[in-house]
Amino acid sequence: MTEDRAVDTAFISETVQFPGHDGAVIEAYAARPTATSRRGGVVVIHHLPGYDRESKEFVRRFADAGYDAVCPNLYSRVGADVSPDDAAAAVRADGGVPDEQVMADVAAAISYLRGLPTSNGKVGCIGHCSGGRQSYLVAATLPVDAAIVCYGGLIVGEAPPQLPTMVPLIDRTQEISCPLLGLFGNDDQFPTPDQVDQIEKALNDAGKDCEFHRYDGAGHGFFSPDRPAYRVEAALDGWDRIWAFLGPRLGG
Amino acid sequence: MCTHVTETFQVVGSAKGATGWFRATDASVYFDHPSHAMADHTLNVDIRRPSDGPAARVALELTAASARALAEAILRTLDESGRRTTTRVETSR
Repeated sequence: MTEDRAVDTAFISETVQFPGHDGAVIEAYAARPTATSRRGGVVVIHHLPGYDRESKEFVRRFADAGYDAVCPNLYSRVGADVSPDDAAAAVRADGGVPDEQVMADVAAAISYLRGLPTSNGKVGCIGHCSGGRQSYLVAATLPVDAAIVCYGGLIVGEAPPQLPTMVPLIDRTQEISCPLLGLFGNDDQFPTPDQVDQIEKALNDAGKDCEFHRYDGAGHGFFSPDRPAYRVEAALDGWDRIWAFLGPRLGG
Repeated sequence: MCTHVTETFQVVGSAKGATGWFRATDASVYFDHPSHAMADHTLNVDIRRPSDGPAARVALELTAASARALAEAILRTLDESGRRTTTRVETSR
């Protein structure tokens, strides 16, 4: 599937709820094409700044391209009707969310997608920034058919003492069980180009199916149109890479 | 990226947020993505009262240069006021 279609894809979007880690009910933002045909699903993992408008826009873009998509609010437990930035500030002050909790919430989102009547059973995940790191962890932890990592920090490197939940993941590479697409900016410092090379080498040494693309003149967050980091050339090429990667892996 | 570098500590004082003044109890300082400022990364300060919920917060997102200028101004002000206070105390004796 691709967003480059002759006919626009109509879709609906809504807030849904399902049980996440430890059975706690969490909210999620879902967007689904109105067509009844079978298709794959995509879990969007929001970044550290939270379950914000930008993350929801990503969800809608996947629906526009013909996928069922959902973004679980990893900060749901802060409370209902809390603004994304306030929730993110509270979570940060409390030391972040544990990986175990994130994986359980993402697993619930995967189950939600596979339970839709339109599901073909295939699900991928994508994350940016801290969500990129978590997407890498999903690939090593959960049953997904494809994973996309956009400038995920702390896959390699040293966790800051203030956020002990952000442990490096490079040692989990052998456990990755699906194809992985990595998109990075060469001006990024988190991860640095050298760290991106380390991640790619670890994947290749482990015999994993991976595809990395790096963009000159782009840094962290180049997909974000509301931020100064936005780089239109990198973002548009990145989206093309995403559609080309997901199409054969999540298609019917 | 998310640098994740965060300092948290307790504070005593007040802050004025979206619903008015509140007694502040906690502060977070971190260098990371802003929610609103036009910069890739900013020095962010949250003055909080978490017992009143996550919205009991005053947030600042400053460029690194602005944050340093603010920090230096705070220290200069405290140092100067401390010196004058000391002088007044000594004079009044």
